Amino acid sequence: MKKLLMAILVLAVAGSVAFAAGGKESGTIKIGVAGAHTGDLASYGLPSVNAARLVVEEVNAKGGINGAKIELFVEDDQCKPEVATNTAAKLVSNNVMAVIGHICSGATKSALGIYNDSKIITISPSATNPPLTQSGEYPNFFRTIAPDDAQALLATTFIKDTLKLKKLAILHDKGDYGKGFADLVKEYSEKAGIQVLLFEGVNPGAPDYSAVVNKIGNAGVDGVVWGGYHPEASKLVQQMKDKGMNLPFISDDGVKDNTFIEVAGKYADGVYATGPTDTSTNPMAIKANADHKAKFGDEPGAFFLNAYAATQAIVNAIQKAGSTDFAAVTKALRSEYVETALGKISFDAKGDVIGFGFSVYQVQNGKYVELKK
Amino acid sequence: MDYFLKLFLSGTAKGSIYALIALGYTMVYGIVQLINFAHGEVYMIGGFTALIMGGYLSAMGLPIPLVLLLSIVAAVVYSSAFGFTIERLAYRPLRNKPRLSALISAIGISMILQNFVLLAQTEKYLSFPSYLPELPFLLPVREYINSTQLIILVTTSIIMVGLTILIKFTRMGKAMRATAQDKHMAQLVGVNINQVISVTFVIGSALAAIGGVLICSYMGQINYYIGFVAGIKAFVAAVLGGIGSIPGAVLGSFILGWTETLGTGYISSDYEDAFAFIILILILILKPDGILGKNQKQKV
Repeated sequence: MKKLLMAILVLAVAGSVAFAAGGKESGTIKIGVAGAHTGDLASYGLPSVNAARLVVEEVNAKGGINGAKIELFVEDDQCKPEVATNTAAKLVSNNVMAVIGHICSGATKSALGIYNDSKIITISPSATNPPLTQSGEYPNFFRTIAPDDAQALLATTFIKDTLKLKKLAILHDKGDYGKGFADLVKEYSEKAGIQVLLFEGVNPGAPDYSAVVNKIGNAGVDGVVWGGYHPEASKLVQQMKDKGMNLPFISDDGVKDNTFIEVAGKYADGVYATGPTDTSTNPMAIKANADHKAKFGDEPGAFFLNAYAATQAIVNAIQKAGSTDFAAVTKALRSEYVETALGKISFDAKGDVIGFGFSVYQVQNGKYVELKK
Repeated sequence: MDYFLKLFLSGTAKGSIYALIALGYTMVYGIVQLINFAHGEVYMIGGFTALIMGGYLSAMGLPIPLVLLLSIVAAVVYSSAFGFTIERLAYRPLRNKPRLSALISAIGISMILQNFVLLAQTEKYLSFPSYLPELPFLLPVREYINSTQLIILVTTSIIMVGLTILIKFTRMGKAMRATAQDKHMAQLVGVNINQVISVTFVIGSALAAIGGVLICSYMGQINYYIGFVAGIKAFVAAVLGGIGSIPGAVLGSFILGWTETLGTGYISSDYEDAFAFIILILILILKPDGILGKNQKQKV
């Protein structure tokens, strides 16, 4: 029995070695896609996988990049930093040359060091934590979304000049993304002479926020800022309005998602959120959305176009560089402008996107409407 | 004072939310000494069943109270079937094995159910329509308490009293207590313990389903992951009150709710969980079996 078991083990190991060797077929360009594909934030990660698949299918159908087909490796990180390191290690061992991802800032940060050591280009469609680019620690990192501080600056200017609020309550979900946004709004608001009377983190996923809503009521503020994602935002808005509080509610692009309106329903009306500039008139974006509908049967979700553009950008850079060499491709990403689903974009020296930014939106009659400046 | 009253009522409402889930938790533990980690998932499945049933029924144009009633019935039936099946497949074969085996089996079931709903339904958050009536007399005091909170509070109280009566005064309750004391002895005197345990799981799951419908109506949303967070808090509440004790679960839930809201209101919501766990640790140091738990000697 033991011998049999041993034999099976040996075969299994040999098999996996053979399989790994078989996978190292030359002539393909290997690109990883990483992000939350399961877990409570899966709705932020899965659209990127679809986006990458659509672009890659199209490129491969046209014969690939300079004759080489692209092969995708999809790995899940559940948006958890501790899982993301494993995800990264797995992609490194798959010999990918670039990664589209990760989705959440925390997970991206923990994976980036690993990619940097292995000289793997990483383009995130959604990680907006500012130091990821601004620290200069990760020359391999790019993103097709503006960092949080751009959003926070826009939100604060909007609060001060358009809404003319004087006293704010700022809440966040204690995550890298939500707290990052909240911290910056607090900093910019205080500089602009707006009082921040309440600044607190709440537990994401909790069924009830009535205590903190009472506290907002007690603080006597004239506006609420939320740094975080839409599930908590809709509970907060609902519980505030249920208590008869009608304060302006300003949030970030984690809330600028149609799911927020679907979930919050009538409570969503009037909510402000900053979000990526509208791309609905861009022909490439229209085509990408239509392709998604044709292939997957539904409307694409959050960060779909960002991931689509990220994939287009890397494809273009490889084409322009004429190789998958790290230095050549990063140089091409920084110097070449490319037409993507987000418009004509390039990347600056730190890896932030040029040619695409943020606007303020408001929910009006069940739809996000871009507010013109 | 006004602020304190608001916080206190918020805490009471929050406590009754926890209690609605903690009751089923504690009941199952009381009878079979198993921490049923899948309880939170059964609650979530109850919510989903009601959402789907409610969608169909209101599309058929039935009146709202009937929609509410039928979706609760559907949720109870479906979740009970889940509870029954889980016990048969995952716990019964392990009943005479070390207790850790059943615990791990429970964690496994919890993951399977989460991912089952993720794959079979959606990964997205869905809006949960409130079919609960809006009580007009509460409108002037809506800053303090709203209809859904009051309905949850009343339901929790009714269930607590009902369960206590069931366990203390009925034939089935007697069999349950016998099973809880000593399974083998109960079997020797003619108690069908398989049936008793099945009934326990069915009742526990039915309660979870009712909780699912009410709490999702309150939150206005549902997602396959909600059972996990709610399950953990309800578990803490049940341990706080003395796991296995029905009034203990409710008391523990209220204490947890009050601690969290008062802590949030007067100090900071950043430490909401810390307040909850400080109370838990203090009580477990002073009274290791929980507030209303019985001090049970380990049989050697």
